[in-house]
Amino acid sequence: MKGWMGKFKSLFLLSTLALVLAGCGRDNLTALVPKGYGAESSMNLIILSTVVMLFVFIVVMLVYTIVLIRFRKKKGQDDYIPKQVEGNKTLETVWTIIPIILVLILAVPTVAATFDLADESASGDGINIDVTGNQYWWHFEYDDEEITTSQDMYIPVGERVYIHMLSGDVIHSFWVPSISGKMDVNPENVNTMYLEAYEEGVYWGKCAELCGPSHSLMDFKVIAVSPEEYDQWVSDMQSVDPEEEPQEAVAQDGKALFEENNCMSCHGIGSSPSAVGPDLTNFANRSTIAGYLEPTKENLVDWLMDPESLKPGNLMTDAYPALSEEDADSIAEYLLQLDHSDITPDSAGGM
Amino acid sequence: MSIASTQKQGFGAFLWDYITTVDHKKIAHLYLFGGGFFFLLGGLEALIIRLQLVVPENDFISAGLYNEMFTMHGVTMIFLAAMPLLLGLMNAIMPLQIGARDVAFPFLNSLGFWLFMFGGILLNFSWFMGGGAPDAGWTSYTPLSLQSPGHGVDFYVLGLQISGAGTLMGGINFLVTIVTMRAPGMTYMRMPLFSWATFVTSMLILFAFPALTVGLFLLMFDRMFDSAFFDVALGGNSVIWQHLFWIFGHPEVYILILPAFGVFSDITSTLSKKRLFGYTAMVFATILIAFLGFMVWAHHMFTVGLGPVANSIFAIATMAIAVPTGIKIFNWLATMWGGSITINSAMLWTLGFIPTFTIGGMTGVMLGSAVADYQYHDTYFVVAHFHYVIVGGTLFGILAALHFWWPKMFGRILHEGMGKITFWIFFSGFHLTFFVQHFLGLMGMPRRYWVFLEDQGLDMGNLVSTIGAFLMGIAVVIFLINIFYSWSKGEKAPADPWDGRSLEWAISSPPPHYNFKQTPLVRGLDPLWIEKMEGKGEIRPAEPLGDIHMPNSTVLPFMMSLGFTIAGFGFIFQVDHSAYLILVFAGMAIALLSMLIRSLKDDHGYHITKEELEREAD
Amino acid sequence: MSHDHSLNPETMPQEPEKATLEGRNKFLGLWFFLGGETVLFASFFGTYLALRNSTAGGPASTDIFGLGLVFAMTMILLTSSLTSVYAMYHMKNNDFKKMMLWLGITGLLGISFLALEIYEFAHYIIDYEFTFRSSAFGSAFYTLVGFHGGHVLFGITWLIALMVRNAKRGLNLYNAPKFYTFSLYWHFIDVVWVFIFTVVYLMGRVG
Repeated sequence: MKGWMGKFKSLFLLSTLALVLAGCGRDNLTALVPKGYGAESSMNLIILSTVVMLFVFIVVMLVYTIVLIRFRKKKGQDDYIPKQVEGNKTLETVWTIIPIILVLILAVPTVAATFDLADESASGDGINIDVTGNQYWWHFEYDDEEITTSQDMYIPVGERVYIHMLSGDVIHSFWVPSISGKMDVNPENVNTMYLEAYEEGVYWGKCAELCGPSHSLMDFKVIAVSPEEYDQWVSDMQSVDPEEEPQEAVAQDGKALFEENNCMSCHGIGSSPSAVGPDLTNFANRSTIAGYLEPTKENLVDWLMDPESLKPGNLMTDAYPALSEEDADSIAEYLLQLDHSDITPDSAGGM
Repeated sequence: MSIASTQKQGFGAFLWDYITTVDHKKIAHLYLFGGGFFFLLGGLEALIIRLQLVVPENDFISAGLYNEMFTMHGVTMIFLAAMPLLLGLMNAIMPLQIGARDVAFPFLNSLGFWLFMFGGILLNFSWFMGGGAPDAGWTSYTPLSLQSPGHGVDFYVLGLQISGAGTLMGGINFLVTIVTMRAPGMTYMRMPLFSWATFVTSMLILFAFPALTVGLFLLMFDRMFDSAFFDVALGGNSVIWQHLFWIFGHPEVYILILPAFGVFSDITSTLSKKRLFGYTAMVFATILIAFLGFMVWAHHMFTVGLGPVANSIFAIATMAIAVPTGIKIFNWLATMWGGSITINSAMLWTLGFIPTFTIGGMTGVMLGSAVADYQYHDTYFVVAHFHYVIVGGTLFGILAALHFWWPKMFGRILHEGMGKITFWIFFSGFHLTFFVQHFLGLMGMPRRYWVFLEDQGLDMGNLVSTIGAFLMGIAVVIFLINIFYSWSKGEKAPADPWDGRSLEWAISSPPPHYNFKQTPLVRGLDPLWIEKMEGKGEIRPAEPLGDIHMPNSTVLPFMMSLGFTIAGFGFIFQVDHSAYLILVFAGMAIALLSMLIRSLKDDHGYHITKEELEREAD
Repeated sequence: MSHDHSLNPETMPQEPEKATLEGRNKFLGLWFFLGGETVLFASFFGTYLALRNSTAGGPASTDIFGLGLVFAMTMILLTSSLTSVYAMYHMKNNDFKKMMLWLGITGLLGISFLALEIYEFAHYIIDYEFTFRSSAFGSAFYTLVGFHGGHVLFGITWLIALMVRNAKRGLNLYNAPKFYTFSLYWHFIDVVWVFIFTVVYLMGRVG
């Protein structure tokens, strides 16, 4: 399969690349330029099926064009009665057998790839992450490393990372188009799939199953860094001291306000276990605020003061007393210094 | 008999006539009107959706309203527009094609229509009352649909339950009609393809809709009576809904497309002046597609985590459907090959259908490849795919059929020029809207997204798509003008405007209310064509002129449907206050009383005597 | 069309239920309807099978089901199917009185079946606190068996309406198909119960 497939593939990738360069599709989002194992498997089948189907389409259009040119009613031939043909056994057999062959050509690699992507036998040796989908954010717990984080998932390049997904409320779907196809995140059973990124990068993740008003804003990132950087990140995250006092006075006020408003009942920092809302341990390193906004202080203040306007239907709205702009500013100051690692989205090349 | 002349009776009498009618041709008018109305509504919703997505991070409508909008667009288009329009065409044409005077159960026919209409109206009342329309998608996946606030999803459940019951009755009715009421000589293998499609589609309705009924009951019980089918905390399982929904939902796709296939078969053959190529193969392909249609529901669930074995089996079964579908496409081409093709509006829609549907079928096979589907699933690629089949197949089919059979149904011919303009604008608008969506999906745009973010390479595609949608809107407006034009000054239709081949063209346009004065004798496939070639050009009667037995008009179906709808409102609002239970009891009382009257009062119908028929002769 | 004339043995066709087009349509329509009903019950069975072990800490099938009562119910319903066969036999022999007698017995058996089912449900609810809302298993059980019970209730109502309406009219070609379709429906309910007995109760005892 690889030989001629390879040729088609390079041809396809070239034309796709042309599309991308022409401004169609964003490099770290599009499924058309696979940067991971799952996405590549899917892409192979997308290309194969497109080629097979284009063949059928071209045949149909060829006959169609000939029919339209040759067999339209001619002027002055109103009484012409064409020969009434019942059918043709040979022809009919041909256009039954050929599609069956084409379907087989497509079916065999499909089945092979389906089993390949469902193979979890090596999960014991790999990195295992428990993923929880929530309205409208993602929570990640690294099993062996005992690290908790939200929204940004760090993984090492070139290694298989097994993710075990469960939903905390309604069904979501975990999709990082550039690295892998999607899988649903169900409330009643754990679904497992693996990710393997080929290149460093910050990859956009999307929720792909309707989950409420802010479904379209439930973005997350998968940040693929080099294995060394990943190890560094893990050890940095493991050594976070949750009680650490901020340096600056404003941030200290912020911490006091954070505690006063009982933010910890939902948000965990460091060893704090609560995961009703996103974990904030390494908040300062987040690639985005609320999953999609630029990580600026202004956006964070806006979010703290009125989350509903930025993410309709989120659970943070009205879960705490209204904040003055000043208080929100202090809390933002506190959150934006929760920086415990040098490994940030920028380590993977940034957005 | 045309609408124009009935108008003169005064509007009240006209309305009463239609409310109480059991004549399949008038019920067809009702279906076309009802379906057409909801089609415009669904189209409006589509335009609002496209307006919201015209630029990134738009706030034309709120996130909640957007979810209501696409949910209602889907539900309306599938259940309240496409299906009723098809049922309308079946009602109008199928009995004529098989040489029957009416359907087997005229009463049920009327009941089926009114249940659909009231169900649709009930559903749309959700816009005005009970805190908004349903907002969990037309698929209404649990647990999102359980969690959805307000009464939107309750309206969804009851509206679909009521209109679904109507559809089921229609299905049974058509099945019995075709089995018992074919004219002498009209064997199964002489039936026109549209009648065959009606038969097979009805079979699909019969075996698919009960699964939806059950799903809706479970959802209703969970939402209203605290049962625990989908409640994970009490051991429930939300995937059950997905199975039930798609066991119904996939055959539903074929319920929508097979009648269109039938339409195209009849039109291709008539307007190419050729017998349908490979008739037997066409019939068996239809049956095979329907059969396989029940075996592939889980291809909507490849990403649910059913495991590689299930995914592989359903992938292969899905791809297998390409074979009979391919046979059909090639048979249509072969029918045209060597023919003498008249290209009018009806044929234009047919010719537009072939490439469009082939693309839709292609992407269908591509979606069937499970691993590739991990990327396509729930993205705009899927949106593009199913619009290519449902618009490019079903809607093109409906429009082709309307242009083709309009003279037979209404006694007027639609304006050709306007018909062609409609086609070209709609056709270009359609491809502009949906072709680019294949790429939007693969570039990372999931479906049901209220906004897409800036700087993700999705701007241009969405803009193009919106422009295309408005072109389709313009085309629909021209089509409406065409209808009004033909109604007021359209050309009167002769009995056989297209040099037809099947029985419906042997009687006047529109047909008398008893259809055939004498039951026709059928001597082969394309009976009228046979008589034109070998006989006197007229269908021979199979019986001497005699009395014709006709069913009485009745208002009971209307009352029953009204009763069920009132009870539906009661069920929805009894959750808020038990006083609303009064509505449940009142509604059910009206419905049950009507049923009781129906079963206790003998209704033997009436006879049109031989003398009256002779008098009507000229 | 001799709708209103009662039949006598001389004019009686072989199969009065299928002698008219209306009769044939009714007969066939009901068969198709039962085809749809099969899918309906199959979906309920599927749901039940998926949820039958989801007791969420509440009572399980092995705790509550006793076979004695259910066996009695099964026998009653099976017998009622047999009595409806007798009724149809007498219909074909144009013996209206005997037909009504056996239909009456069928109805009484149906009512006693329903009574036992109500007793059974009450027993579960009161003695085991096993309700529609206690677990997914509870919801699935009451929905499946309850829908069957609802069908029995509908059948009884249908039968009573038919018998009352036609009590003084005797048998004719207009009402013969109505009696016949009722008996078809009644057999169907019986068959569904056989599956319920097997899938719900027997398998439920085994666990």
